[in-house]
This record gives sequence, structure tokens and C-alpha cells, in this order.
Amino acid sequence: MDIFLQQIINGLVQGSVYSMVALGYTMVYGILGLINFAHGEIVMIGAMVALSVIQLLTGAGFPIFFILLISLMLSMIVCMILGYSMERIAYRPLRNAPRLAPLITAIGLSIVLQTLAMMFWGREYHSFPLLFTNDSVHIAGAVITEVQIIIITVALVMMGGLLILVHRTRLGRAMRAVAENPSAAALMGVNSNSVISITFVLGSALAAIAGIMISANYGIVHYLMGALLGLKAFTAAVLGGIGNLRGAMLGGLLLGLIESLGAGYIGDLSGGFLGSHYQDVFAFFVLIAVLIFRPSGLLGERVAERA
Amino acid sequence: MRNALKRFLIIDKRNAPNQKRLAWAAFAVLAIILLALPFAIDGLFGRGWVRVLDFALLYIMLALGLNIVVGYAGLLDLGYVAFFAVGAYCYALLGSPQFGIHLPFWIVLPLGALLACLFGILLGAPTLRLRGDYLAIVTLGFGEIIRIFLNNLNAPINITNGPQGISMIDSIHLGEFSLGRTQEIFGITFPAAHLHYYLFLIFTLLVIFVSLRLQDSRIGRAWAAIREDEIAASAMGINTRNIKLLAFAMGATFGGLAGGLFAGFQGFVSPESFGLTESIMILCMVVLGGMGNVGGVVLGGILLVVIPELTRHLAGTAQQALLGKTVIDPESLRMLMFGLALILIMLWRPAGLWPSSQRRRELIAPAPPSV
Amino acid sequence: MLHTHSPLSPALFILLITSLAACNKPETPTASGYGRDLVVKIGAAAPLTGAQAHLGKDNENGTRMAIEDANTQGIMIAGRKVKFELLSEDDQADPKTATVVAQKLVDAKVSGVIGHLNSGTSIPASKIYSDNGIVQISPSATAVGYTGSGFKTTYRVMANDAQQGKVLGNYATQMLGAKKIAVIDDRTAYGEGLAREFIKAAQAGGAQIVAHEYTTDRAVDFAAVLTSIKGKRPELIFFGGMDSQGVPMIKQMRALGLTAKFMMGDGGYTPKLTELAGAAAEGVYASLPGVPLDKMPGGADFSKRYEAKFHQPIQLYAPYCYDAVNVMIAAMRKAASTDPAKYLPELAKLTHNGITAKIEFDEKGDLKGGAITLYQIQKGKWQALQTIDNDAITSTR
Repeated sequence: MDIFLQQIINGLVQGSVYSMVALGYTMVYGILGLINFAHGEIVMIGAMVALSVIQLLTGAGFPIFFILLISLMLSMIVCMILGYSMERIAYRPLRNAPRLAPLITAIGLSIVLQTLAMMFWGREYHSFPLLFTNDSVHIAGAVITEVQIIIITVALVMMGGLLILVHRTRLGRAMRAVAENPSAAALMGVNSNSVISITFVLGSALAAIAGIMISANYGIVHYLMGALLGLKAFTAAVLGGIGNLRGAMLGGLLLGLIESLGAGYIGDLSGGFLGSHYQDVFAFFVLIAVLIFRPSGLLGERVAERA
Repeated sequence: MRNALKRFLIIDKRNAPNQKRLAWAAFAVLAIILLALPFAIDGLFGRGWVRVLDFALLYIMLALGLNIVVGYAGLLDLGYVAFFAVGAYCYALLGSPQFGIHLPFWIVLPLGALLACLFGILLGAPTLRLRGDYLAIVTLGFGEIIRIFLNNLNAPINITNGPQGISMIDSIHLGEFSLGRTQEIFGITFPAAHLHYYLFLIFTLLVIFVSLRLQDSRIGRAWAAIREDEIAASAMGINTRNIKLLAFAMGATFGGLAGGLFAGFQGFVSPESFGLTESIMILCMVVLGGMGNVGGVVLGGILLVVIPELTRHLAGTAQQALLGKTVIDPESLRMLMFGLALILIMLWRPAGLWPSSQRRRELIAPAPPSV
Repeated sequence: MLHTHSPLSPALFILLITSLAACNKPETPTASGYGRDLVVKIGAAAPLTGAQAHLGKDNENGTRMAIEDANTQGIMIAGRKVKFELLSEDDQADPKTATVVAQKLVDAKVSGVIGHLNSGTSIPASKIYSDNGIVQISPSATAVGYTGSGFKTTYRVMANDAQQGKVLGNYATQMLGAKKIAVIDDRTAYGEGLAREFIKAAQAGGAQIVAHEYTTDRAVDFAAVLTSIKGKRPELIFFGGMDSQGVPMIKQMRALGLTAKFMMGDGGYTPKLTELAGAAAEGVYASLPGVPLDKMPGGADFSKRYEAKFHQPIQLYAPYCYDAVNVMIAAMRKAASTDPAKYLPELAKLTHNGITAKIEFDEKGDLKGGAITLYQIQKGKWQALQTIDNDAITSTR
């Protein structure tokens, strides 16, 4: 029983990690209908910047809370600038281009960002310092560390904040208007360009937070960390229904749970034939099964078919 | 073939007599260039570049296969490399010491293509209702599933030899004539890389020919119809299910064919050659070159194989020449240049370097609603 | 503009590219700058970009040091002073790129190649080197199949999976007395091969494999498999994989309250493991083929000079690259020729005292004997425990 509970906790933590990144994907997609494939790289840059700031400040004798705050601020700022320029340089000129053109620039951007990070921070893995106490809480034989509790909380807060932003504020209304119909929104006095820019900036800031949280959890940073993370988060966003904030959260948690329960139990259930090496296969099978019955994801809206 | 070439060169049929002679001349010149190419490249740049050329041809085949799915039928496929893998493993398992089976390549190659075709239908069937990005993620998952199975099917029964891969695969041979070693024909020495070039060239031309014929056929028009508007297409009496499955099957067949050739050429296959990056690379070729246009896709295939190799040379030497010392690691600079090239080409020509004429007309028309 | 589009622009583009390429034609090896020195090119191939770039760069550094050392020594072969030149290529850990790179090294007329880093790249490349009669010494390919193709030109200065897995399995059961063992492998050619051989030896030693779990070489979250293992209560966990996964795995293992012993192969013996995993890594075991560097003549000196030159500690395989180059040069001197066809027979029967071990090859090109040293992290530092010579166990203490 304690093992089962532990697997659930593992799944929730892993799932929250996916959710945090998936929220960024989904936000951009919801408004532009564009998959920002370079989102994972922004997460990586956020983690890297934070790492450098922490390394720089640790020796100076500041309180840990202050260091954390400064590194968070700085990495958010760097990522926001990055997100803004990315949109201006690589996506905006292609807004009316064929659908796959921005996909290619996104891939190009990913390669460029990865390479720059490799040149800047080196090829090797870096240890991400312990920011919080490493204390853990024991619940009925299962263990959860404080960082993990914080991760789950941050993911939920992020989603809640975004929901409020999108549904309760003026900016949110503008966002939804642009998502619905950019030209009509423009006629109503919405500056769609700046709304899209803000979306990117906001998404990048979230990516920075996600990057720091994820690195704090695993304690390790690498210039290629964004690629796999981005892929999994994208899968999670699609599972939940891309473009839907609650869907991104749900998809992330579900993907995390499938992975941990799949890896933990299917091996024994299938007599060792299908072990944890098929972890990703389970995840994709569930995804395909869900999409067969709900072609726009779990919480995705049933969009009237348009040409 | 000649007609195909005329289309390839976009020669107007209306000025028939003169143009006809011109087409023949162009055809002859092109044929000579293609035949002499490996020797010219070997002499000028070295044999490594002939190998690059061989891979370029393989990728052209792959890109043309994917072009049927993405370019013609408008179905975004991010797991295309799975079919390449199926073809390659089919060849490897039936022509290596793995099972001790050594079937000749003219049996194994079509078999691999057929198997890939079946997998294409297998992938197509559950995804018929999906659109756009949902389709993309499912195909991506499919590609990963195939790779994971190849990577893990060494236990409990050893089928694929798992991550170790299969080595000592038979070279492509007809009786005693093997493409795997240097041969002498009519007093001319043909090294292995050259021999493979000619074989790959034949298959590439075949794939180009089929692609061009398909484009103009009823099927090709049906694909265009579902690409532009699926509902309207089905209202026009097109069986969208069959026509979509056909696109997946045709694309997969070409992928399987290229896979078999790859296994025979390389002599070694392992799952790491069939990862997601490979699928993305092939997609880049199609989009960069010009979706739906055979010439553009061929160009995209050549460029994306040649640019990384070229930057590999430029990155080191250009720095030395310009700055007198190596400031940035050549390999970092190479990746940087490659990434930037992708971005810049796309910004400069959003529809691809050489878009299809139909696509270009669409671009001039007011932008469709972004969905 | 749009309706008069002609196919000319793509054609122009190709022309531009090819003319650019023409400027870059590799120059012919006349090497007039070196006077009457004999210029000998030695190729090196490893992934210099991608996930294993740090190891690839380490290999390149090791090779470079050996070549620079040889040049300062002023080695004479057949009465001529030799100037060695390094040609380093990035194979991106991709089998396909590896063959292109191999062909390029062959084109450049190298006398021998140090590489590749991975088994998956070394195997397809070995065919090209063999076809062209060029000697290949891999410093780090461990798959048994690498030397299994029967090529005369294929060598390695690293123990293979069978040799190392056997020693590790024996050590776990005999010396550490583990009866219940859990195994994790990362499904790469390296991790899977080593884990397979480890399991064989551990089972032969009377241990029970209570769990065999899997991960990938890109994963960072191992909570699920570790939790599953926790339920099986093993005394020892063996991980077939690299340090990049080892570090987070150890941390997560301790966080989950798993107190079992943790053991890795050569992929774990890196400065990163002690540096990154911190206190959690205390007591971790790893193995490394060869004898500890400080026990070999020139070994301690090598690691000092390496750090001074490249401003970082040795990552992993640099000493093996250093040895590989020196073995090659030794064979050249013995044969009084830099022609692979001439020095190949000498290489086969050579005995060389390297910085990692006494190097001798068997008929397949594998290391004869293959001493393997076991290490443990004690007080945050790797400490050598024992050097095991294949079957006979000889303590270094």
C-alpha cells in the first residue's frame, strides 16, 4: 500500500512538472494556434540563468531567500526578453505564412538556443544547488520532499492565476478576442500584436519559474534538458486538449500518473514482458485511445469543423 | 520520364517544337551530369562527399515519401522515420547473421516496402478523425512506439538484438556482383560509394517519377481536395477515408524502400538511427524545399544533407581565414549556422525555397482564417 | 515578380553552395611548412555536439595531449623526424554521420583513427576503416560486438562489457555479499550490454535478481522505477548507464529512503558523480578498466597536466585516448613505418605500458587480461578498492 501511495505521489510530482511546461504551450496555442516548439528551450535558459545567478551570489553571504528571489527575477526577465524577441523575429513575420513555416523556425530556434547555451554554460551537467531544505514529509510510509510539495503547489497556482487572468481581466478578454478572431478583435480596438507579445512574455516568465522548480527538484541542469521536457509537456497539453488551461493541468497530471503507474506495475502484471522500458509506449497508447474517442483531447472544445 | 522531366523543369507545352528539342537537350545534359557526378565529386572534394551524396539521395527518397503525406494530402506526420526503420530492420533481419537468413535484396527490398506500407495503414486507421496538431502528436507517438519496440525486443525472445543493433548486414548484391566492394566495369573502377550512388539514383528517379505521376492523377487531385477542405471533398464524392489511408500507405512504402537501401548500404542498423530528430529533419526538408512540389522537396533534401556537412568545413576554416584563430568551437558554430539557416530561409521564403505553383497562388490570395 | 517565377533561383542557390564548397576543398598533404618532417595524420572521432559532447571533448583532449607529447618528444620513424597532426571530427553519436566522418578521415589519408566514443558509431565505422586498411583503436567502445565482425584493423584499449560485467557481478556477490540484487539499465548499447553481463555473473555467483527495471539515457525522473524496486527490498542496485542519469538516480534513491548499495560501471566513475550527487553519493561503487592512474608510471602526472591544460578534471576516457595514441605510435616505431599495412602486424603483438594498464591485444583486438579496478566514493572522493585481473583477484593495497 505504501508503495502504491508512493507511486501516486511520484506521478503527481512528475505530472506537475509536465503541467507547468504544458501551460506555456497551451497559452500560446490558445491564442495563436501555433506550437511554440522552442518553449522547452526557454525553460532550460531560465534554469541556466538562475543557476548562474545563484552561483554568483552564494559566496557573498546573502540570505537564501534573497538569493532565490533575485535569481527568480533575473531569470524571468531574461526569459521574457527572449520570448518577446523570439516572437518578433521568428513568428510574427510568418503569421500569414503556411502553417508549417513557424514550425521550422521554431526548430531552428531550438537548435540555436541549445547551441548558445552549450557555448555559454558548457557541455557538461551542472549541479543545481539545494535551495530549500531537503526535509521530507512521511505519509503512511510514503515520502514526499518539500520541493515536491512546492512544485505541485506552484503548478496549481500557475493554472489558477492564468485562469483568473484569462477570464477575469481586461487583458484576458483581449486575449480571448484575439484567439477568436484577430481581425474582428482589431476592429474592436484590441491591439492584437501587443496582446500576442504579452502572451509570449507571460508564457516565458512561467517557463522561467518552471525551469527553476524543475531544476531544484532534480538537482541537475543540462543544456539539452528542455528538449525532452518540451516534448512530454506538448503531449500532455494535447492529451488535455491543447489551448485549454485546465486541460494542460489535467493532461500533465494524467501523463505523470500513467508513466509512474505504468512503469511501476505493468511489468509485474505482464509477467515481466512489458516492463518499465515500455513506459512511453503506455503513455502514447493512452493518448491515442483518448484521441480516438475525443479527437480534441479530454477538455478540448469541440470546434465546429472549419476549413 | 521525359514528360516528368518537362514538368520538373516547368517547360511550357505551348511552344512545342522548339521546346521539345530543348527538353531533349536538357535531358541529355542532366543525364550526363548525374552519371558523372560521383566521379566529379570524388575528384574535387574527396570520397567522403560521395557518401554524403548517397545519403542525400536516401533522404530525397524519404522526403518525397513524406511529401505525399504532408505536401499532397496535408496530413502532418511527425513519426515518418518509423517506416524508414521498418524497411531497414526488415532488410537487416532477413539478410544478416542475426537469424542466419540471407535472402537476396530483390526479395527483401520489396518485402520491406510492403511491410512499411502495412504499418502505414496501421498508423492511418486510428488517426482518420484527427486533424492538424492532434494528428502530429499521434504520429509522433507512433514513431516513438516503433523505436521503443525495436530497442527492447531482445528479450524475452531476441528478435531485434535490442540497443546493440544488427551488424554485418549483407551488402546489396546480385549473384556474385556486390555493391559493397570496389568493382571494375569496362576498365573503370567503381568504388562502393559510387556503386550505391547509381543504385540510389535509379530508385530516386523512380520515386520522383511516381510522385509526379501521382500529383496529376485522380488520386493526386483527391489529395489536394482533402488538403484544402475535407468536408467539401467528401461532399464531392471523394472517399476521404480510403484516400487518406492511401496517402499514408504510399508515403510509408517509399520510406520502407529507403530503409532497406539504408540497411544494405550501412551494414549496421540500431534503434538510435530512427529517433524523433530524424523525423523532424525529414519534415524540415519537405517544408524548407517547398511542400507539394517535387523539385522543391528534392532541393530541400539536398540542402539539409549538404548544409551541415558544409558548415562542418566552413566553421573551422572560415574562422581561421577571417580571424586567424579559432574563437568558437567549429562544431558549436556549425550547429549555430544550421539553426540560423533554418530560421532565415523560412523568413525569406515562408512557402519554401521552391514552392509549388498552386501553393504560391494560395499565398497571394487573402490569408485564410488561422485554424 | 510572383508570376514570372522561374526555377533559376534554386539552381543559383545550388551553384552558390557548390562554389562555396569548392573553396573549401581539403588541401593536399604537402605540408611544406614543416621542412623535411614527415607529417603523420591521426584521426579522432567522437560526439562533440549533443548529449555526450562533454565526453567527446574529453576524448579529443586526451588524444590531443598524446599527439602534442609525441611532437615535443621528437619521435623518429625510419630515420625521419615525425610531426603528428590531429584531425578531429564530430560524429554526433550518430551511426550514419559516423560513416561519413570515417570516410572523410580515410580521404584525408590518416594513418590511424582513435575512436569512436560509442559502440553504435564504432561498429558501422569499423567497416569503412577495414575496407581501406586503416587502423582503428577505440578508447571507449565496450560492446562485445565491436570486435566481433572479424576485421583485422579493429582494436580497443577498453575492457568490453563481458569482461567488466563479469568482474562487477563477481564483486557484488563475492566481496559485497549481495544476495538480492536489482538492476536498472538505460537501454543504450552500453547500459544494456553491461547490465546483461552483470546479471549473468551475479546469477552465477548465487544472487537473485529481484527486479530488472529500465530507463532511458535522457531521463531525469526515476522515482517510479525506484519505488517499484523499493518494494522488492534488494541489498544492492546495479545501474548500467552513464553519470548523467546516475546522479539524479542516486539522489532520488536516497530521498525515497532506499538504503541499498549502489553500483555502476565505468560510466559512473566521473568527477561529476562526486561533485553533483554530493552526500547522497557516499559509498557508491563504480568500476574502471585498467589500473588506477596514480599507480601507473606517468599516470598522476598525466592528470595534473590535463587539468593545467584544459582547466577541468579528466571526465572519463581521456587517459584511454592517450594510451590509444601511444600504442599506435609505438607500433609505428617498431615497424619503422607509418603505413597502416606495415605497422598493423606490430600492433597485434605489441606490449605497451600505458597510463591505464599494460596493454596487449588478443587475436580479436580486445584487451588481453583486462585488469579492472573497483572504486568507492569515500568522504566525497573516489578511492580505489581493488584491481581485479579478469579472474585472479589481486589487491592493490
